[in-house]
Amino acid sequence: MLTNAVLGRGLILLSIALAASGAIVGFWGGRRRTEAAHQWSKSLAYSFGFSLILANVVMIKALIQHDFAVKYVAQVGSRSTPLHITIVSLWSSLEGSILFWGAVLGIFTVAFVYRVADKHRDMAPYTIGTILTIGVFFGVLLAGPANPFLDTPQPIPLDGPGPNPLLQNHLLMIIHPPMLYAGYVGMTIPFAMGVAALLRGRLGAGWMRPIRTWMLIPWGFLTAGIVLGGWWAYEVLGWGGYWAWDPVENASFLPWLTASAFLHAAMLQERRGILKGWTLMLLLTTFCLTILGTFMTRSGVFNSVHSFTQSPIGPAFLVFLGIAMVASIVLVALRMHLLTPEGEVRSPASREAAFIMNNMLFVFFTFLVLVGTVFPLLAEAVRDVKISVGEPYFNRLGVPIAISIVFMMGIGPALPWGRASKDELVKILGPPTAAGLLVTGLAAAMGVRQFLPAVTMFVSGFAAYVSLHDMVEPVLVRHRRGGVAWGTAMAEAWTRGRRRYGGQIVHLGVAMMAVGIALSSSYKIVTEGVIDRGESLSVGDYTLRFEGASQETLPHRRSTIADMTVMDLSGKVLGTLQPRMNHYRGQMNPIGTPAVRSSLFEDLYLSVMTIDPEGKYVGMRAFVNPMIYWIWLAAGIMVLGCLVAGWPTRAEERAAAPAQGAPA
Amino acid sequence: MTDGMKLFVGLMVLIAGGALAFLAYGGIGENLVYYWSPTEMADHGDEAIGAQIRLGGVVEEGTLKWDKVTNDLRFNVSDGTKSVPVEGHSVPPQMFREAVGVVVEGTLREDGVFVSDRLLVKHDNQYQAPEDGSAPDMDALRQSMTPES
Repeated sequence: MLTNAVLGRGLILLSIALAASGAIVGFWGGRRRTEAAHQWSKSLAYSFGFSLILANVVMIKALIQHDFAVKYVAQVGSRSTPLHITIVSLWSSLEGSILFWGAVLGIFTVAFVYRVADKHRDMAPYTIGTILTIGVFFGVLLAGPANPFLDTPQPIPLDGPGPNPLLQNHLLMIIHPPMLYAGYVGMTIPFAMGVAALLRGRLGAGWMRPIRTWMLIPWGFLTAGIVLGGWWAYEVLGWGGYWAWDPVENASFLPWLTASAFLHAAMLQERRGILKGWTLMLLLTTFCLTILGTFMTRSGVFNSVHSFTQSPIGPAFLVFLGIAMVASIVLVALRMHLLTPEGEVRSPASREAAFIMNNMLFVFFTFLVLVGTVFPLLAEAVRDVKISVGEPYFNRLGVPIAISIVFMMGIGPALPWGRASKDELVKILGPPTAAGLLVTGLAAAMGVRQFLPAVTMFVSGFAAYVSLHDMVEPVLVRHRRGGVAWGTAMAEAWTRGRRRYGGQIVHLGVAMMAVGIALSSSYKIVTEGVIDRGESLSVGDYTLRFEGASQETLPHRRSTIADMTVMDLSGKVLGTLQPRMNHYRGQMNPIGTPAVRSSLFEDLYLSVMTIDPEGKYVGMRAFVNPMIYWIWLAAGIMVLGCLVAGWPTRAEERAAAPAQGAPA
Repeated sequence: MTDGMKLFVGLMVLIAGGALAFLAYGGIGENLVYYWSPTEMADHGDEAIGAQIRLGGVVEEGTLKWDKVTNDLRFNVSDGTKSVPVEGHSVPPQMFREAVGVVVEGTLREDGVFVSDRLLVKHDNQYQAPEDGSAPDMDALRQSMTPES
């Protein structure tokens, strides 16, 4: 009988078969380069992708149908969960999330084959071979230890516990995981492209450009995913912050750092033909970090080092990580002769040197976070002592590194390639320095006087000036020297330099985020206390009056809502906020939902610690968080810049066609 | 290589070396947070004073005192063998009451009182505090803590 469970298991086994045969054909096609191998590898890749996507569709169908005969549905399904949460519970728990990983990998595979395979016939088969080899690993996981389609043991329950209540609290939980997954899984594609280049023995500009584009895509998703995760933590968890250097957060941040370093190093390689080996290592490391991250978050190793061997999933990821790392190192070592530089760095006062400094800072940051994240695991494994690494470790060095990176963001684009004389340096760096000082002065006038926030103001102003100048100058030049009208000048500058514009938009976003992070961390105000009905609590320039409590009952949860009136210092009513305490069906502990009143420059944030159901009193923690909204907006700007930089142009599409067979 | 470049490379190497040294000897050691039960903390004696600790155990019955006006919170954390007095200055979360599993983050003062900055009480269904006063399963207790709770 074709039940959901049988169908699902069948599709996964099919995907393994397709991936395995496709990988073989891909590698064969890479060596022999026959047309038949090319077409077959494409077809098998497409089929692999669709089979995993279909497996996910079957799971979603099973969830919606409340088919508790499927083990995963029995784990996370519930008849009282609203429909959209039911669909989202696909990725709410371990096995489902690995199944979802498969879907994202399938989508990326299909997209890659569709867009790239025919344009780069020499590289596509090896790339497909690599992608499908990775696909085999995930397929085997899904068929074995992480199988969501197992049959629920008899008796089949009539209802289930529902997904984790933290998932049901907020819209952000619906968007954050897919974004993060797209970022993580997407790194597979540029990794495979890099491996293909090493296998093929050629790494030229012709292949580097698509690699950059296919790295930019997951980078954009990962940026969105990380910030959405922080936003979710802020809006849902109630502790008033958005980042705690938690191992799970660090796991997502590590590949972002190396991917950002790669995007810059790749630019350097393209323009000056240097640092080829370094760029490639960054590419391979980024993928390895995503596997490490998945291992850390999915294996239970952070609850206890000794518990991660309880399921085969943990060790499987560790072994896979080991293979990926060894393969990467071996490949690079074998192709070392390809990686000889074609240029050289002649002066420290040059854009090349700034890029190198940028990369060093990124890699150092990566190392810092990696050590802090992995140290507790090693300590527990070796000395059997349970520790965690506190935030001060990450902030003490991380903040100066981040500030330096923002500073380099300003220096790099300002400096010319090659070398700059002392006079040129003064002319180039003078105006941004003035801009930075102006911003620092303005901020100081508004109360920003502490050292680190003030320095952040300076470097952000400096970098923002350079970005804006870089965007405006080409237009000015065209108009003044070329005698072209403003509109035409802007259109021309845009079409010719779109990648550059995208990059500068991203830089503006980063500068804005730096300001948001610095000010929200340094100038937040926290108050907590118990408020009786009718009484008030003061925080910052706000007064909060507790009017009473109300109850809301839904099928999946019962909430006690605190009605708070928000007033300013003069007593004028600004609005109301309703933070709440939710009791979810089937869960022992209540979970609070904070209420946030956001404006561009300030957030008023209320979190219920404890509440009397009859509304006689409420225990409240209240925060005033300045400039938080800048962080979310900045992330949006960064993603926008990524889209601008990465969106294929018609010129690129036309140019790619005849370039297929051209030597790298 | 020009002299300017030599200087640049030298500076890079210096920074990298200094940074690695800092990592190896500096930052981490001072910023470790230890997960201990009252017994484990007592075993470490004076070493424990001043260190950042997450003390896990059960809120001892009859010891909970909370002043709603001053937010003065006092209770004892016990693991069935040893019990530690805790002082905090915050509004306790909804589930906080006697006989409940708790992880308190803070430092041990010389007079033997644990001063808490943070109370982690939220936990999932899997962990149940032992009713009979026996030692709580520390691993299970830690596992049940949601992040940022």
